[in-house]
Amino acid sequence: MALNRRMFLGTTAAAAASLSAPMVMGAGHGKPRVVVVGGGAGGATAARYLAKDSKGEIDVVLVEPTRTYYSCFFSNLYIGGFKSISDIGHSYGTLAAEYGINVVHDWAVGVDRDAKTVSLAGGGSVGYDKLILSPGIDFVDGAVEGWDLTSQNKMPHAYKAGSQSELLKAQVLTMPQGGTYAMVAPPNPYRCPPGPYERVSMVAHVLKDVNPTAKIIVADPKPKFSKQGLFEEGWVNHYDGMIDWIGSDFGGDNISVDPNNMTLTIDGEVTNVDVCNVIPAMKAGKIADMAGVTEGNWAPVNAADMSSKADANIYVLGDSAQQGDMPKSGFSANSQAKVCANAVRGALTGSKVFPAKFSNTCWSLIDTDNGVKVGATYEATDEKIAKVDGFISKTGETSDVRKATYEESEGWYAGITADMFG
Amino acid sequence: MNRLNWSHRALSLTVTVSLSLWGTVIGAEGDAERGAEIFKKCASCHMVGPDAKRRFGPQLNNIIDAPAGAVDDFKYSKALLAAASDGLVWDFENLGAYLENPKRFIPKTKMSFRGLREEADRSDVIAYLATFSEGGVSGDVAESFRISSEILAIVGDLEYGEYLASECTTCHQTDGGNDGIPSINGLDVELFVTALHAYRGKYLDNSVMQLVAGRLTDEEIAALAAYFRSLEN
Repeated sequence: MALNRRMFLGTTAAAAASLSAPMVMGAGHGKPRVVVVGGGAGGATAARYLAKDSKGEIDVVLVEPTRTYYSCFFSNLYIGGFKSISDIGHSYGTLAAEYGINVVHDWAVGVDRDAKTVSLAGGGSVGYDKLILSPGIDFVDGAVEGWDLTSQNKMPHAYKAGSQSELLKAQVLTMPQGGTYAMVAPPNPYRCPPGPYERVSMVAHVLKDVNPTAKIIVADPKPKFSKQGLFEEGWVNHYDGMIDWIGSDFGGDNISVDPNNMTLTIDGEVTNVDVCNVIPAMKAGKIADMAGVTEGNWAPVNAADMSSKADANIYVLGDSAQQGDMPKSGFSANSQAKVCANAVRGALTGSKVFPAKFSNTCWSLIDTDNGVKVGATYEATDEKIAKVDGFISKTGETSDVRKATYEESEGWYAGITADMFG
Repeated sequence: MNRLNWSHRALSLTVTVSLSLWGTVIGAEGDAERGAEIFKKCASCHMVGPDAKRRFGPQLNNIIDAPAGAVDDFKYSKALLAAASDGLVWDFENLGAYLENPKRFIPKTKMSFRGLREEADRSDVIAYLATFSEGGVSGDVAESFRISSEILAIVGDLEYGEYLASECTTCHQTDGGNDGIPSINGLDVELFVTALHAYRGKYLDNSVMQLVAGRLTDEEIAALAAYFRSLEN
C-alpha cells in the first residue's frame, strides 16, 4: 500500500486506527447505505442529519481516522489562550450511541466507483449507494520552497487542529525575548480566509503579555486579505508596531524557507526567525483525488445538492468542494451538509427535497472581547453557489458591539458543534 | 401636568409627562432620540408603545417610577419579586443601576442582558422610556413591530419548517442550550413571527439575523415559527 500525505499528517491517528480493523459489510442488504468520509463540519453534520431524519431507513457509515475531532475553527483561540485544547475537542460517541451511525475509525484509501465501494487502510472495504466525501484539505506539494511535510515539526502549519496547534502554541510561548514569529500565508483559495490573520492577532495577544518586544512578520502571496481593514485597525489599536504584513506588492509572493537554519527569505532578503508558521497552498483532501472527482486542486460540484460533476453517486462537501462563491469554512461545510443530506435522503427514500439554501458567517477574534464577523447568504444556480447578500463588521465599532460579537461567536461554536456531534 | 417639547429630530414626538417625571428626566439629561437607537438592544425582549405586549420580557409602558415586578402578565424571577416586595421602585437611580449591570443589581434576574456600561447610554434609554410613560406616546420602533393579522394567520408547514430550521441550528441549539445565542425552542408563534419580520425589516439589530431573515418569505417565517413552537422549551 502506498503511503499518502494524509497518513503523514495524522501519524498518531493512523496508528490508532490500525488497532481496530473494521468489520463492515458491503451494500445490497436491503437498507440503502450512505458512506461519509471525513468527520468534520461537513461529514459529521451530513451523517447526523441523514441518520436523524431518515429514522433508521438509511444505514449511515462514517469513516474518520481520528477518535477526537479538534475543530480548526476556534483553534486560534486556543493559541491565544482563550480556549483550552479540550474545549475544541469532540468525540463521535453520541453519533454512534444515539444516532446509530456506524463510526469506523480508519483511513479511506480508495474508491471503486464501478463497484461502489470504499477501501480502508485497515484492509476492509465498505459498499455504498451514495458516497459523501468531506475530507477537508491537504497541502500542495512544493508550494513553499524549502518546506515539505517532514518539516512540519520545525515549521508547523497548524492548519489542521490538534497536535499541530499545541506545537505552534508551545513554540510561541518559548520564543526568546524580542524574537521573531513569521507566518507564510497561503494563496487563494484556502480554508478559513480570515484564519491566518486571526492567528496573527492571537499570537500578538500572547506575545504582548509574555514577550512584548517580539516581532511578527507575515509574508503573504496575496495583495489583500479577508477583513483586512478590520484586522489592520485592530493591530494598530492593540499591537502597535508589532506586526509587519508584507503582501505580494512588496515581495511576499517570492519567498523560501530553510527549516534547518530557521530562516525565511523574502524577495532575496534572508531573515532569521524563531517561529515559522508555514501555511502552504491547499487542495482537496487526498481521497477526493483518489476517487477521481477532482479537477486541478478541487472537486467541482453541482450547487443544488453538492453532487460531484464527475459522478452522480458521489457528493463532496466543505473545503474540498469547488462550488462557487462560498468561503471554505466550517460554517459553509455545515450549511452544505444539510442541503446535501436532504437531497441524498430524498434520492434514497423518496422523502421531500426542498430547495437549497446556504449561509455562512465567519467570526474572528482580534483581542480580548474584540470580535468581528463577516457573513453572507447564498443560493444554488445552474452554474454555481452564488452569493445573494452579505455584511461585514465596521471599523470604529464600540467595544460593546465587539464584545457582543465575540459572545455571539461563542454561542455559534456551541451551536455548530452540537449540530455536528449531537 | 407640564407640557414640554423634546428635541426629537427623528421621532418628532410631543411628550406629556407628569411633574415627578419631569424632575426625573431633567435630572437624567437624557437624549430620548438617541435612546430610541440604544433601545434596539432591548427591543428583542421588551416592547413599548400602544401595542406593546409581553415578549421575552414585560412591556415597558409607564415603567418610570413604577413599583418593580408590577406588569400584570409577566412571570418575574423570584429574585425580582423579592426586591419588589422590599419596595423597589424604578426611579431614575434604580433603573440606571439595573441597566448598568442587571445581574449585579439583582442577581438571578431573568433579564439576560450584559448591561449598558456608559452612563450616557443609560440616561438616554431612560429618557426614551419616559416618552412611553404617562400617556403612552408611540414611536417609530414600536410602530414598526405591528404585524398584520393576515401574516399572523399564515399556517406554517411543519416539514418545510424543519428543513429550513437546519439553517438556524448552526447557532441556536435544539436541545435548548444557551451559550451566548438564545434558545428559540417552544417560542410563541406570534412572538417568533414578529421578531423575524422585525429582523427582516432591519428594525432589530443583529447583522446575522438580518441577513438570514432577509431572504425568508412570509410563508417560510410561518413554517419556522411552527417548527420551533413544536420543540420542547
